[in-house]
Amino acid sequence: MLIRLARQSLWNRRGTALMTLLSLVISIALLLGIDHLRLEAKRSFTSTVSGTDLIVGARSGQLNLLLYSVFRLGNATNNISWQHYQQINKHPQVKWSIPLALGDSHRGFRVIGTNDDYFRFFRYGQQQQLEFAEGQAFADVYQTVLGAAVADKLGYQLGEQIILSHGVGAVSFSQHKDQPFTVVGILAPTGTPVDQSVHVSLAGIEAIHRGWQGGAPALGRQPKLSDAQLAELQPKVITGFMLGLKSKVATFALQRQINEFKAEPLTAILPGAALAELWQMLSMVENLLLLVTLLVLIAALIGMMTTLLAAMKERQREMAILRAVGARPWQLFWLIELEVLSLTLLSIGGALMTLTAALWLAQPLLSSQYGLVISIWPWHGHTGIVLSVLTGVSLVMGAIPSYLTYRQSVAQGLVIKL
Amino acid sequence: MLSKPNFPALELKNFHFQWPGQQAFTLDIPTVSLAVGQHLFIRGASGSGKTTLLNLLCGIHRLTSGEIHIGGQLFQPLSGAKRDAIRASNIGVVFQQLNLISYLSVLDNVLLAGEFAGNKLPDAKARAQSLLTALGMSEALWQKPAQQLSVGQQQRVAIARALLNEPALLIADEPTSALDADNRDAFIRLLLSEANRCGTTVIFVSHDAQLAHYFGSVLQMDNLAAGVVPINTVQPLQPTSAATQTVAVTQTTSGEQTPC
Repeated sequence: MLIRLARQSLWNRRGTALMTLLSLVISIALLLGIDHLRLEAKRSFTSTVSGTDLIVGARSGQLNLLLYSVFRLGNATNNISWQHYQQINKHPQVKWSIPLALGDSHRGFRVIGTNDDYFRFFRYGQQQQLEFAEGQAFADVYQTVLGAAVADKLGYQLGEQIILSHGVGAVSFSQHKDQPFTVVGILAPTGTPVDQSVHVSLAGIEAIHRGWQGGAPALGRQPKLSDAQLAELQPKVITGFMLGLKSKVATFALQRQINEFKAEPLTAILPGAALAELWQMLSMVENLLLLVTLLVLIAALIGMMTTLLAAMKERQREMAILRAVGARPWQLFWLIELEVLSLTLLSIGGALMTLTAALWLAQPLLSSQYGLVISIWPWHGHTGIVLSVLTGVSLVMGAIPSYLTYRQSVAQGLVIKL
Repeated sequence: MLSKPNFPALELKNFHFQWPGQQAFTLDIPTVSLAVGQHLFIRGASGSGKTTLLNLLCGIHRLTSGEIHIGGQLFQPLSGAKRDAIRASNIGVVFQQLNLISYLSVLDNVLLAGEFAGNKLPDAKARAQSLLTALGMSEALWQKPAQQLSVGQQQRVAIARALLNEPALLIADEPTSALDADNRDAFIRLLLSEANRCGTTVIFVSHDAQLAHYFGSVLQMDNLAAGVVPINTVQPLQPTSAATQTVAVTQTTSGEQTPC
């Protein structure tokens, strides 16, 4: 019966109640949304690479190496000679390796020179293998396999000819115009930076840079190579490589050996540890966001309290009537608290619906623009706890106007001065 | 029903009240006993302590010393919660105006009295409807929000609510101050006749001495020591007040059969 009274009383003041509701919906949606994006980003982030035991590059910090080898961000400090790569490859603990040659791009998308092993051994997410949506891996020097987002955004089909540019900017003044590549495969979406990559063979990378010196194009026209010559092209340098080991136990030992490699200064990192370190850096921003959201939420709750307090004066009569028909003061206390509870629960429901709808609308954009694949249902293990705490806090804050109403009803009695 | 005929509807014993820490204002009333159906008119100017007395009779404030019994049941001194419970089922209250919760329908306003009294009367809805009909509120008005009614209609709905639980006491605080003279007389007559049907004792508080003749006895706020004095100036035009005592007593003895 109190519930019905609370409902009808709220409905009677639906104008202000709606505004309160709106501000609560927005702030709760904000809180849940940021929490959701944070967790989804973390999930998407940590699933960019899996199954790789070590990533090796020229001597640099582990974050730099991680960023350019996995996230296609930033640049390598130096190259690794093909010879030394082969040497490490022969280590008895190495099960497989994926060479990576970076430094070129196609219309803003990074080009990765690699070999067949990339499609065979690379894993992401829950040990998932790369799959082809169309076509197959490159078999020839001038063939390329596109990531899902590249093909989607640039509208490329199989058989299309594309030209690679030197350097990694979106606009390049130095293009490998004379040597176009043919699209022979398009990968299925992965939600990782693989979607944003253009894959070619190491021989292809070598072919377009043939005759270059010190990062500048060769002077004069280079003679076209015969197919036989092309087939024999061997890269002299690569940017880095990924290693899969026979036994996880050997990881640290091999890491140390590579880090102490005499012939060339190299760095080997454990992707898991590096990802965790990177995420820790990002989590400061994330915590700041969460803090701002919490403040917005508290502001909304104070707003609700204010409207309830403002309504107290006009509701004196209502309370006196309820007292006259025998309502206990604590029932009036709970009447206000019930209003707070209904507002909060309605807001939570509204926020979940708003957020789900917003995510549903934003999902295609997020996945195509940022390669972020997020689920549209913003519910996680701790969301229930967060919402319970939120409800508890709003009840505690609602207790202030409730208690004042209680006090007033005890002190004032039945006769209200008009 | 608590209002058993052999008990007085209202009994005050050594009634004494003063605000905590204040010596200047006191309310002292000698022993008062109102028989069932004996209506009381409390007359006093504003500032005479009417409001305080009313809050004491309704059990909102606590008596400093002395006792109040309602229908033979101890009311003061009791804990606040117990007083609230007794008020819910044994006292009906009608205010000057704005008696109704504006956003509830007429019928829900009346039923409100039953809700807080606990499910004492299972046929509360039927009772509310018959009370409203008896008070001249047609069925078309029952579902209307209370704020759409005229002041006179609102006051009649307030009577229906006050009488819903067949209380021993109905306390009315200047219920006619917002009504014009014609409506005022009609209202008081309606109030008393419905109260008589229910065997309810009416305590009517007003500053207006002209209304005293409707009631059997009077308590003057400026002469509390005199206690309740009977009123003999019976107007021939008002059979209700003349017959008050006898009618009321017979009503309550047979009141069990006739729903009011």
